[in-house]
Amino acid sequence: MLKLSWKYLISKPLSTGLNILLLALGLAIITVLILIQDQFENKMSKDAEGIDLVVGAKGSPLQLILSSIYHIDFPTGNIDMSDAMALSKNRLVKNIIPLGLGDNYQGYRIVGTNHDYLELYNAKMATGSAWEKPFDVVLGSEVANKLNLKLGDQFIGSHGIGSSSHEHDEHPYTITGIIVPMGNVLDKLILTSIESVWYTHDEDHDHEKFEASVAKTGFPETDEDREVTSLLIQYRNPIAAVQLPRFINSKSALQAASPSFEISRLFELLGVGVKLVKGLAIIIIVIAGLGIFIALYNSLKERKYDLAVMRTLGASSGQLFIHILLEGVILTLLGAIVGIAIGHLFLSILVMQNEQGALSGLTAAVFLKEEIWIILYAIIVGVIASLIPAWNAYQTDIAKQLTKA
Amino acid sequence: MMLEAKKIEFHYNPKQKFDLPDIQLSQGEQLLILGKSGSGKTTILNMLGGLLKPLNGEIKIGDTSLYSLKGASLDKFRGKNIGIIFQRPHILEPLTVLENLSIANFFSGTKGDKNENLLKELGIFEKRNEKVNTLSEGEAQRLSIARALANSPKVILADEPTASLDDENATNVVKLLKEQAEKYNAVLIIVTHDQRVKDHISNQITIGG
Repeated sequence: MLKLSWKYLISKPLSTGLNILLLALGLAIITVLILIQDQFENKMSKDAEGIDLVVGAKGSPLQLILSSIYHIDFPTGNIDMSDAMALSKNRLVKNIIPLGLGDNYQGYRIVGTNHDYLELYNAKMATGSAWEKPFDVVLGSEVANKLNLKLGDQFIGSHGIGSSSHEHDEHPYTITGIIVPMGNVLDKLILTSIESVWYTHDEDHDHEKFEASVAKTGFPETDEDREVTSLLIQYRNPIAAVQLPRFINSKSALQAASPSFEISRLFELLGVGVKLVKGLAIIIIVIAGLGIFIALYNSLKERKYDLAVMRTLGASSGQLFIHILLEGVILTLLGAIVGIAIGHLFLSILVMQNEQGALSGLTAAVFLKEEIWIILYAIIVGVIASLIPAWNAYQTDIAKQLTKA
Repeated sequence: MMLEAKKIEFHYNPKQKFDLPDIQLSQGEQLLILGKSGSGKTTILNMLGGLLKPLNGEIKIGDTSLYSLKGASLDKFRGKNIGIIFQRPHILEPLTVLENLSIANFFSGTKGDKNENLLKELGIFEKRNEKVNTLSEGEAQRLSIARALANSPKVILADEPTASLDDENATNVVKLLKEQAEKYNAVLIIVTHDQRVKDHISNQITIGG
């Protein structure tokens, strides 16, 4: 039975192929959307886990979140150490992690911070250990892999976030550790102490200072006028969520942004686009369904005779019904499989071309439960599209059909 | 009696009733039904083949009253016991020659282990794996005969099997039908207006005046 339907399908390769392709395209779009959405949201929430509030210079709160947690946008500017220190003494703050941004090495961001940042993500070292002295750095696994760097290697950072303007050639960094693959933002970062970031930008070179060990937690001790880029804050209690942002935002120099709030706002903004594309995909699928319906319906006209002959050979009307229905279902099932394949292929190409962008770290080699739904939906489309033609086949009047010709 | 049609009546239009004869044939008997077009030849064949229910009367094949069967069981019975050959071959195009036979086996639920033999006897064995659109008219008609025989039917019905064939092919087809019917000891009924067939089967009735 399956074979029979299949034979009829491949006897018209053009219309069969076209219908499969159309359906596949629609489903591919949905597959890509689902994959990206799922992984993106997953990644986003994973990266922001444990961070209740981000404090930085005034500017766009979304930009602050993107630059300080996800390391994709540019920082809003720097804030004074004194302000930061004051904040850390606030009783509503449980933990505060300073970040110093602004440099990169071959596009990978160098982040000055303390060991609390590693703990925040439960980062384990694959080799080596965390930084102890200025200019010691720890690499994310992706950085180490892509740049082919090993323990003990030295490199020179460049000023700027993306493309570099000038190189800080006086102070090479030494790799003291490489983090195991985390599957989060750490993979793409080069971590070091706040002090490293400061000293790189200093004009004078106090070599004694370079030998002192750096602060492992909290803020580095310094009597100089220093700055940091932003602060990651954990609340001590729920009241902090209400009071702290208001308190910080009222101070002129600082801005506080909540990751969960900003990210949901971001998704809301993206949501419009996603909905639009989804709508487009659904329209394509409906058109594909109509295409299948029309193809089956037209072929039925030519095939009425064939169907009548099958009846004379002993086929019951129920068998003919199934025969036509199967054709629709085979078509859509193939469309679904091809569509999902195209979707995954498309995503993998997208990821390949965006290695350092926001899409990096996504993978096409993941299959979601939703994809089974895609196949199911496709089959439903197939059944609906072939129902009327199949019913016609069911009702074929053999004698009339055979005498007509 | 292998095939029996008693007092069957049919009309498409009450004013033009077909005048249909009773038919009684035992195993292996052959019958030629002659008549002009419009005389109800095809109608009678459709009724005998279980494709069209007569308005009155009864048709029996073996011990089964054909129209006491309903729906799928009638389809199955037809597939197993009645082989029908049409004026034009009506072969299923997407399938190969051999598949056209196995589909008949499939629908009627028989084994079809003599399909290859059948093709050999009808001289189209070499083409068994080819698409049917490569066949000539004569070959196609032979294939449709093979398909009608694929389930070793008790009754073979042929509706104008020679109408679209030239003299030589027409003679061959009639001969083939006779041979095969005799071989399977099946009832053979040929409905035709083709005078060329007349000489081959002596048992004849003419309907429609």
